[in-house]
Amino acid sequence: MTAVARTFTLLGVAAHEVHVEVDVRSGLAAFSLVGLPDAAVRESRERVRAAVSNSGFRFPLHRITASLAPADLRKEGPGFDLAIAAALLAASDQLANEVLARHSLAGELGLDGSIRPVPGVLAMAEEARRRGAGGIAVAADNGPDAALVEGLDVVPLRTLGELAALGRGEVRPLGRSDPPAPSANGAVPDLPDLADLRGQPHLRHALEVAAAGRHNLLMVGPPGAGKSLAARRLPSLLPPLDRPEAIEVTRIASICGREPEPGRLAERPFRAPHHTISTAGLVGGGNPPRPGEVTVAHGGVLFLDELGEFSRSSLEALRQPLEEGQITVTRVRHTVELPCRFMLVAASNPCPCGRGGSARGCRCPEASVRRYEAKLSGALADRIDISVGVEQPAAEALRSGPGERSAAVRERVALARERQAARLGAGRCNADMQPAETRRACRLGTEAAELLVRSHSQLGLSGRGYERVLRVARTVADLDGSDRVGADHVGQALTLRRRAGR
Amino acid sequence: MTACEECLRRSLLLGRLAPYIERAAAGETGRRAPELLALGDQALAEAVGGPRAVELLGGVDGAAVAELSRRVDAAGCRVRCRHDPAYPPQLREHGAQAPAALFASGPPEALGGLDPDAAITVVGARRASAYGLAIAEELARMLAGAGMVVVSGLANGIDSRAHAGALDGGGTTIAVLGGGPDIPYPRRQAALHRRIPARGGIVLSELPPGTASFRWSFPARNRIMAALAGMTVVVEAAERSGSLITAGMALDLGRPVGAVPGPVNSSMSAGTNQLLVEGAVPIRDAQDVLDHLLGAGRRTVRELGPDLDPDLLLVLEQVEGGNATCDAVALAAQAPAHLAATALARLELLGYLTSDHTGRYSRTALRPPAAKP
Repeated sequence: MTAVARTFTLLGVAAHEVHVEVDVRSGLAAFSLVGLPDAAVRESRERVRAAVSNSGFRFPLHRITASLAPADLRKEGPGFDLAIAAALLAASDQLANEVLARHSLAGELGLDGSIRPVPGVLAMAEEARRRGAGGIAVAADNGPDAALVEGLDVVPLRTLGELAALGRGEVRPLGRSDPPAPSANGAVPDLPDLADLRGQPHLRHALEVAAAGRHNLLMVGPPGAGKSLAARRLPSLLPPLDRPEAIEVTRIASICGREPEPGRLAERPFRAPHHTISTAGLVGGGNPPRPGEVTVAHGGVLFLDELGEFSRSSLEALRQPLEEGQITVTRVRHTVELPCRFMLVAASNPCPCGRGGSARGCRCPEASVRRYEAKLSGALADRIDISVGVEQPAAEALRSGPGERSAAVRERVALARERQAARLGAGRCNADMQPAETRRACRLGTEAAELLVRSHSQLGLSGRGYERVLRVARTVADLDGSDRVGADHVGQALTLRRRAGR
Repeated sequence: MTACEECLRRSLLLGRLAPYIERAAAGETGRRAPELLALGDQALAEAVGGPRAVELLGGVDGAAVAELSRRVDAAGCRVRCRHDPAYPPQLREHGAQAPAALFASGPPEALGGLDPDAAITVVGARRASAYGLAIAEELARMLAGAGMVVVSGLANGIDSRAHAGALDGGGTTIAVLGGGPDIPYPRRQAALHRRIPARGGIVLSELPPGTASFRWSFPARNRIMAALAGMTVVVEAAERSGSLITAGMALDLGRPVGAVPGPVNSSMSAGTNQLLVEGAVPIRDAQDVLDHLLGAGRRTVRELGPDLDPDLLLVLEQVEGGNATCDAVALAAQAPAHLAATALARLELLGYLTSDHTGRYSRTALRPPAAKP
């Protein structure tokens, strides 16, 4: 007797359907597993054997062959247990075949027959719906996540024994009635609030402009000046994710094992990898390819503290993700595209010792200061539009009350983004503008044009630098609700420009 | 090529002895190297070469000198020895320490007629603050604009900014190197090294073309810088900076030394501030230099910047008052940050301010018309 169950394996940030075929025929008792299984999948035989016996089923003392198809796709992890067990039960006439025909399955088995959750269930549920499955059976703990996908019956199972009950029609799928909403407008509950940032109006302004135009941002300042504090508050200034974005972010989080709470859509992520991270850890890689921090930060903020300490190769590897919003990892067997549209926020000390400037007791040798500056001005120079110096806030500012709350800033940011979307198309921001678009979008007043001409001669602004100032000026004008880019907008953009090292 | 064989022989010997002098002067570079240079050929070779002295002396024969002449021509350089009328007479004040010959690239006539009262040596630290760099450039630009020759050492930091400023001001500048004049050192200033002779300036050295720089050769070239100009101005120097050596040598020659005052809490200005305590001439701008060197009011340079409206003037005063960041200015001026930002950007574009990569602003030497005395 043969039976087929459907389950999934994860590749990159997507699930791929895998068919588990089990054949039970008379012969010496044996249980073999074929089809490129990894060690964890191979061990699944032992778990299936124990779980089947301990759940009131009979483990057939026959020759059992389980095959995972397609055979050339590498299978990883313990998530195949449930499907193998189900196919085995169907092949030995202990489970109705209709159950397998209607439902895909994903779950790990305990020896006692309990079903444990596996990562990436949201991706699996999406794939199941795409493949036209009527439902998906998952561990009870995975149920709410799978239920985020609309138009699919989700059957939460606590034990293997409940599978028989499902065959008898005694288990109800989760209600499809009320899909959880993404965080409603204005209510972004758990993110740290900008009100914590005391004083530092220039930094606040830089954050607001960066959020409004989706400009990547560099903060330069001594330790303890509030660079990390500011970066962590950036997600709270961004408009909430819309539903498809939220599903995608949640799917990635679930694959990387970072679900917020079961059944809730993720907020904009904030990722702050340490500077010792490997290039593969940052942009994704390995075999089979795994998503890196840039993908985990998709839809949110990637914060690189101590930018100057990151390896050159890691920073270079960020170029493709920053330019294309996705990264392609190619291996012999497969090519995986990982989404990574994130905002880059970088922070750095002004020099290796961090004091920055002799007046504050910096004693770094000149050559090392220059190397440091060169690395900062060289690193991703053409992808970072805004640079802001951050200093310890003045004592008066620290004594003053809390600053403006994120919600108020977020409203202005949302309005500015609406203006950009109307001009550039949905979902696009000023940071995405090509040079020709920038020229079209920036109608300059006479005085503004004059300032820009002067900046070219007086500041030695390069062509690209000019372009960046113009993009930022456009965002400042959008925040101001102005169609025309005025002299004040250009002036503010100039104070936010990147300055080359000496 | 005008140099007598004896002087060429001396220069050649110096080039060959350079590594030996390095060893002899090791540990206490500074005063010692110029003293060694005051020795005659024989004594110098024995002092630094030890057992190899005879061999080294024998190596600089007529053929080697002829070879040197060819090398000078090949490098596109010219040489002037102390017996040549075009040798700057002010260098002879060093007596026995005076360089035997000068190797130079650039127009030689600029060297011969160099009047010490028409030349200013501008030196300072390699690692300088934005303030020091801005002042060096501005000072040199204004001096060059007033027809003065700016002498410096091509080093990174203050020196190279002084050269650049002088060229920018349309003037002549002289770079005195620690190695051969054909070798751009430091390498980062290679472009400047090319630009100076191309724009009518001179790159010169007492060491023949092809000679590398040594630690001792920097204090040694400092004595040339100190002697060439009528006044030495130190723009920014920490407590133990090489530019203080130059200042000391200028004083030894009886030349006035000027220093640009810096913040009293900045270690980068500790050396210059100390010079002022010891009686150096305080230098605020090019006018101060000219007044001291030529007599008050003999020549004026004051260049005034474009007009400023009262708001900008107020912000400018805030920066002069030590508020270096956008936030500090906004707080001090009781203005919204974005207005302060715009004002700072305008002032920078008008040339009144410069900013560094951390977004801190500092004043340039440019004066607003309203502040005219």
